[in-house]
Formats: sequence, C-alpha cells, structure tokens
Amino acid sequence: MRYLPLTDSDRSDMLAVIGAADIDALFVDVPASARLTGPVDLPGQAGELAVERTLGLLAGRNRAAGAGPFFCGAGAYRHHVPASVDHLIQRSEFLTSYTPYQPEIAQGTLQVLFEFQTQVSALLGLPVANASMYDGSTACAEAVMMAARVTRRRKAVLSGGLHPHYAATTRTLAHSAGIETRRLAPAVDAESAVLAAIDADTACVVVQTPNVFGTVTDVTAIAEAARAAGALMIVVTTEAVSLGLLKSPGEMGADIAVAEGQSIGNGLNFGGPYVGLFACREALLRQMPGRLCGETVDAEGRRGFVLTLSTREQHIRRDKATSNICTNSGLCALAFSIHMSLLGGTGLTTLARINHARALTLKQALAAIRGVEILTPRLFNEFAVRLPRAAAPIVEALAGKGVIGGVPFSRLDPDEGFDDVLLVCATETTTAEDISVFAKTLAEEIAR
Amino acid sequence: MSVVSIGRPTRPEAPAQDGVPETHGRGLLQHEPLIFELGGWDKTGVDFPADEVAASLDVSDLAGLTRETPLELPGLSEPETLRLSQQNHAIDLALYPLGSCTMKHNPRLGEKMARLPGFIDIHPLQPVSTVQGALALMDELAHWLKTLTGMPAVALSPKAGAHGELCGLLAIRAAHEARGAARKTVLVPTSAHGTNPATAALAGYQVEEIAQTADGHVDIADLARRLNDDVAAVMVTNPNTCGLFERDVIEIARLTHAVGAYFYCDGANFNAIVGRVRPGDLGVDAMHINLHKTFSTPHGGGGPGAGPVVLSAALAPFAPAPWLSHGEAGFSLIEHAEGAAGEAFGRMCAFHGQMGMYVRAVTYMMSHGSDGLRQVAEDAVLNANYIKARLSGAMSAAYPDGPCMHEALFDDRWLEGTGVTTLDFAKGMIDAGFHPMTMYFPLVVHGAMLIEPTETESRRELDRFCDTLLELAAAVKAGDTERFTGAPFHAPLRRLDETQAARRPRLSWTA
Repeated sequence: MRYLPLTDSDRSDMLAVIGAADIDALFVDVPASARLTGPVDLPGQAGELAVERTLGLLAGRNRAAGAGPFFCGAGAYRHHVPASVDHLIQRSEFLTSYTPYQPEIAQGTLQVLFEFQTQVSALLGLPVANASMYDGSTACAEAVMMAARVTRRRKAVLSGGLHPHYAATTRTLAHSAGIETRRLAPAVDAESAVLAAIDADTACVVVQTPNVFGTVTDVTAIAEAARAAGALMIVVTTEAVSLGLLKSPGEMGADIAVAEGQSIGNGLNFGGPYVGLFACREALLRQMPGRLCGETVDAEGRRGFVLTLSTREQHIRRDKATSNICTNSGLCALAFSIHMSLLGGTGLTTLARINHARALTLKQALAAIRGVEILTPRLFNEFAVRLPRAAAPIVEALAGKGVIGGVPFSRLDPDEGFDDVLLVCATETTTAEDISVFAKTLAEEIAR
Repeated sequence: MSVVSIGRPTRPEAPAQDGVPETHGRGLLQHEPLIFELGGWDKTGVDFPADEVAASLDVSDLAGLTRETPLELPGLSEPETLRLSQQNHAIDLALYPLGSCTMKHNPRLGEKMARLPGFIDIHPLQPVSTVQGALALMDELAHWLKTLTGMPAVALSPKAGAHGELCGLLAIRAAHEARGAARKTVLVPTSAHGTNPATAALAGYQVEEIAQTADGHVDIADLARRLNDDVAAVMVTNPNTCGLFERDVIEIARLTHAVGAYFYCDGANFNAIVGRVRPGDLGVDAMHINLHKTFSTPHGGGGPGAGPVVLSAALAPFAPAPWLSHGEAGFSLIEHAEGAAGEAFGRMCAFHGQMGMYVRAVTYMMSHGSDGLRQVAEDAVLNANYIKARLSGAMSAAYPDGPCMHEALFDDRWLEGTGVTTLDFAKGMIDAGFHPMTMYFPLVVHGAMLIEPTETESRRELDRFCDTLLELAAAVKAGDTERFTGAPFHAPLRRLDETQAARRPRLSWTA
C-alpha cells in the first residue's frame, strides 16, 4: 500500500518490542462481539491510475462552469483566481500543517492570519475581524447568537432580502438556543421593513446587501433605528467582491458584519469549502466566536504572532465558550488572503467595477427580451428577472442547450410564489459572447 | 509565572536579549515582512484589460452607494507574493505527533482530483441534471461511511468535527421534541474534548460531567447514577481522548438507551478502529467523522475540515437538508426540510457541505480499499504502542497497563523536581526538529503529553523520534534545565508572550 511505510517484518519486530503476540492483542479492549474478523464489504485497494479513472469519469459527468455560458450567483460566484494562489496553498508548510498551537514553528500561518484579519477588517469597515468561519451562512448564524449574548435579548429579525439558506441555517442554530427568528417575506427591495418588526426583546436585525435579489441598499438609516431600539445591526454580504466598490458595512453603521469570502481566492467547489468573514465593533470583541490571531513579542523582543483571547473558546471555557468552533477554514482564508494581496485595494475596486459593468451589459441584453422584466432596482453584479412562466423548467431547458442560465428563486425558497423569478449574475469571467448567447437562447425558450 | 486555567504557562521566562536586526534572515530562513510593509498601496498584482477598465468607470447608477473612503490595502506583484512563509512546521517535514489531531500524510492524488474542473468549477445551484457526477460522488462517500460504521444513514453537510457534533445533537433534540419530551441535560466525560461541552451548550443543553476511573475509562457507576429521564444524550469519545478504547461501550449504550436517551459517539478517533470495529455494532446513535483525520484531507493550517454524521435508524428521519435521493432520472437533491420530509431539523449551512473535502476523502478511501483501511487502523495502533513501549522507561505513561489505541498518553510525574514543565519539554522538542505533541490535554491527566504518530510514519522515523525524545529526557534528568526552560533556541522565534497578546490585543496591522 503506497501510503503505508511499514513492512511485515517491521510489524513483527515492533510487536516484539511491545511484547504483544499479534496485532489482535492490541485491540483486546474491543468487546469480542464487536470485533470484525475480516475486511468490510467494500472494494479493495486501488492504484493511482485506477482511482484517477474512476474519479475522472465522475467529474466528466458534471458540466463545469468554464465549459460555456454561465450565469449563476446567489451566494456562490465564479471569479478568476490567479495561478499563484493555488500554487501557494499547496505548499507543504500551509497544506500539511495544523492550527498554530506552537507559535514558534507556526509563524507562517499566524502571520497570514494576522494579514487576513487586517484585510477583512478593511473590507468590512469594522475594527476587529476573526481568523475565519466555515462559510458566510454559519457566520451569519453565529452573529445572531453573539447578538443575543451581547444584548441578553431573545429575538432576531431577518430581512426578506436575506439569502433563504442563510435564514434557514440561522433559524436552525437559533432554535435550539431558544432564540426566536422572525424572517420577513421575501421582497426585492424592502430592507427597512425590518424596523417595524423590532420589539423590546429584539437582539438584532439581519440585513443583506446586495441582497439575494441583487438589490444594493444603503442601510445606514436602518442601523441607526435599530440601535435606537437597542438592537444590534448585522450586515450580511454574500459577494465579497462587491466590497471593493460599495459602502462597507462599517461605514453604514453595522455592529457585526459577516460575509462569504469564497469570491476571493476560492473556486465554486459545488458549495464548499468556503470561508466565512466575521468582523465587529471593538466593544463586542470578547463575545466574538472563532480564532483570533494577535501580535506580541518573543523572549528577545522580536515581533511575533499567537492565537489569543482563547478564554472565549471551547478548549478553555468548554460549555461557557462563545462558540463550539475549533477547526475553521484556514486554507481557504489563506487563498483569500493571497488573492487579496495580489489585488490590493485598487485591484479589488477595479475588479468590482468590471463585474458591475458586465452585469449592466447583461441587464441590458435581458431587458430587451419580450416577456422579461428586470426586478432589481440597484444592482452590483447580479439581479432578479421575472419570466413569463416558471423559471426552473426554463433553466433546465437552457442547460440542455449548453447555457447555465442562473438560479430559479424557487430553488432557494419553493413556498413563496416566486416561481417565475430567476436570479442571474455576471462577473469578470462572463464574456460579451456569453451574454449574447444567453440572451438569444433565453428569448427562443421564452417564445417557444 | 503566568499560567492559564489548565496550568499552561503563557509568558516566556527568558529575559529579553539583544539580537540581530529583525530584517536579517538566517541561512535559508528568510526575513518575512508583513504585506503591509512592502508598499504597494496604490498598485495591483492583477492585470485587467485596459478597455474593460475604461468601460467600467461609470458607476453613476450606484450614486450614494459606493465607498466613501477608498479601500486601503496593498497590492503585490506575483514575485513579491510568492516569497511567502517557510516558517511553519508541516507533516511533509517530519513526524507531527499532535495527539487527537491525526497529522498523517496527505496523499497528493486527492489534491489533483479535487482540482478537476468537473469538481472545483461547478456551482452548488446549477441544474442537478448537470452535476450528476458530483451527486454520485457524494453517494459513494455516503456508502463508504455507512458501510465502515455499520450505520443506516449519514448527513454529509457539517463542515467540521464540531459542526458534526452540533448536527448530531440537533438531530437528537429533534427526536426528543418529536416525542413531546424536551430533555435538559447532556452527559459528557471529564476527559472530553472542549468541543463536546461547548456543542452541547450551543444546542441548548445543560452539561453534566461524568467521572473517569483511575485507569482512564468512563466511570460506569457514575454514569448510571446520573442517567435519568431528563438526560437527552450521552456524549462519549471512543477511542477516548486518553487513547483508550472504552471497554464498556456496549454497556454505556445500553444504560443510555434504558432511560430513553441517545448515545452520541465523538468519532474524532475513528482512525484507530476503521475497518476493525463498526460503531453501529456498539449501539451508537450518532457519530461524526472528521474527514481530515481518518480520511486524511489536509489540515490546511486549521481547516477546512468536514464532519459528516452517521445516524441510527431512530435518528435518520431528523437529518438536516439537503440529502440525496435516487430515482429513474438519476440523483436529485432534497434541499428543503419542510414538506416531503417534515421531520428534518433544518439546515447546517448554505449549500451541500464540503465537496472539495469529499473528493479527497473518496480518493483516499478508494486508494486504500477495505483491506488498506483496516491496515491503517492496525498500523496507527501499532505505531502508538511502539512509541509507548520505547518511551515508557524514561517518561511516565499515564496508563501503563494494557495497550493504547492510536495515541500514547504520558503525564508529567517523570518531570517532578527537574524544574522542567511539560511546556518546556515541548519547546525543547522544537529545537530537536519535531513538532511537540499535544500538551495539557486531556485535562484529566496532569501535565499531559499526548503523542499520536499515525500510520504513515516509517519504522525509521519512529525510531528517530523515540531516540530524540529519549535523549531529551536524559538531558532533563541530567539537570540540563536551561536547554528546556529557555527553549526554543533554534526556531524562527523564541518563546512568545501570550499574556501580552491577550492583555493588549493587536489583532490587525496599523501604520
């Protein structure tokens, strides 16, 4: 077996050193009734070539986004990732190390986390950011839990523009903690509706911008009103590239900001692994979930970095911890940080502008199709359109013609009467040719 | 000395000394400034086509919605970016004996397979007819996990071990609620990993600790005393955090079920028994499997992991969305908990879990096969017992009698009176080129040192490791104290001041 270095003679020599008659002697604590006497019923070992063949066939049965016109967003975005990002994250020192428990021999990881936190803090416009969460949706759920701890209140109001899967993830976690979530009905452009739902027991309002329909909203006034009512303002962003152009959550008065960081440095990966970004006001720091990396000095006074404020965390506080998170999303955070280091602030802003311009081109092309109505009033790189009939079968038909034409809203939320709504997205990877093929194919399908 | 609650010192003891200027490198060890110290505040290392940049300048439709202050972050060229850290220990450098973390070799075939465009470049919400291969791969993973554990169902979506624990407990909560009996308590042994009590609290339960016997096992009598009809679940790690198989596991399950509670097994250490024991045969109701441990997806400096949860028939109906369904038209995804599957407790995350990790895990499983996986467990256990046997003369094994499983636990009795602590000894290991073992965990053993070699170390590397530790232990006993209390001397940095980091947190760079 190519990954197992021991030979049979190693094994028998080692058993002799141990003083065990055979390998079974090392498993004596297993109850006799539970000892398997032979291999379980699964295929035997396979060489690299055979495994590559099998997996290559499976991969070949999927239609890669890069194989043709592609317009899906809704929480996961196709962007170009520079080759150096993937090279660096495969370096052994990053790929095959673990959580930096021994800082003297983990400065590589720690320094990157410190840089990552600084980048996330700048992007979200809030002073403190953690070292990553699993993804945007779990970060959103943890933000609600944090708000309940901070305010000692038991309700959360979720905007109708919040991604339905984020709302479901949040509701799942909050329910067990006895926190009531009130999700408003999906609406393309009605974020301020959360204000009417605030009461004296409301811990937070959760508003997404750009929202799941692509609508960009300045939430400053909502944040002010929420704060006046004693609730925290949580701002969610699923498309991190938008932060290069749009007002940051901090600029708009967010207390906590969470985002999906996949867009920067990470592939689509069918939904994971991704990287959750999490930042907050300084005063809330000690209620924050997740790992934090901080600067310090070594015994010779040289600058170095360590994991810090761990008295919030499960390995010290156990059942009193701010979260149960342990392993987070280190390598995805690294990919984010490297891509962000290449882009810089000016590069991300340029990238965001190009995304926006592409989406406007797409909007123009789709608006010209008879029967298509543009729903999103202010957009970044994605928007919602109403089709003359249910979106899901149309998307399926487009796929049959080689066009991945966006996400039917019913896929995210089947029960809300939005069956004719389609979510579409364009990024820097979308070409003018892609857009014209999409528009032409969609027009044909609608006319059918 | 400044110590945290578990007795681990947090402040370096050695006085500050004059060193070489910080901007010097040393041999192959390069000076690595922060990206913020390299300039580049107004440049970018990504080239955009000039015509596209020009065409994108008009953002008047977003008037009032754009950033008021420009985004200030440096941009670096590719060559500047590539000079990124070498200052990390890694499995590829040497044995990495971090107990309970399972730092085994990561086959590179998994990296290659996960980057096939048909896996890395597919969107979670594109039509299911265009991702049949991905769904087939998830089904394959589910089949292997169910067969290896002897359990009838699996929820794939949890994104790490702790997330899997949460998934399991939420299924248990949903099962109790469906019976109209919300229970209040989860029992957890004192030796449990911190995520167990943290998860139970997050799932809305009160945590009660179960005592441990002197030989490192769950105290069955104490468990029996604490079990009543307010207990929702018993969470036991097996093999446990002391590196021992819970001999009475079947009795633990029986007692748990007798009061209508569920048995949650923390499967973090499944790598010790894979192919030799099926948790389903032990009476387990739910168990997460850390794909990054047992099935060797890379740890990546702290994730991403993946924590699928296998479920018993009693809990299967409560599994969260999404899940796979197989019909005549191929695979479909059930993505909404309501309706068709009314009992599902909800959703763990936005999409379908950690596909990138699934590909790597399936690659690992297929490569090893059922015979190879059994060998994995046997070699992991053999290697740990070999280390225990070789080091027991010099260091004090916490549980000397009987074999251990995949990790060997030592305490600090052998350091008594030497002036050297577990932390000092660990830092001394760094100077000898090894990553330290897990220190001060589990909490039930004083000054714990938990060594997990894994199955992917050769006999030669195991002997090199043991020889080194024996030499270090001899130095401790010979009174060469400063070699340890001042260590490390040969790492990129000397011991770091954790107290200062926590007292005056500096969590981001400022000019």
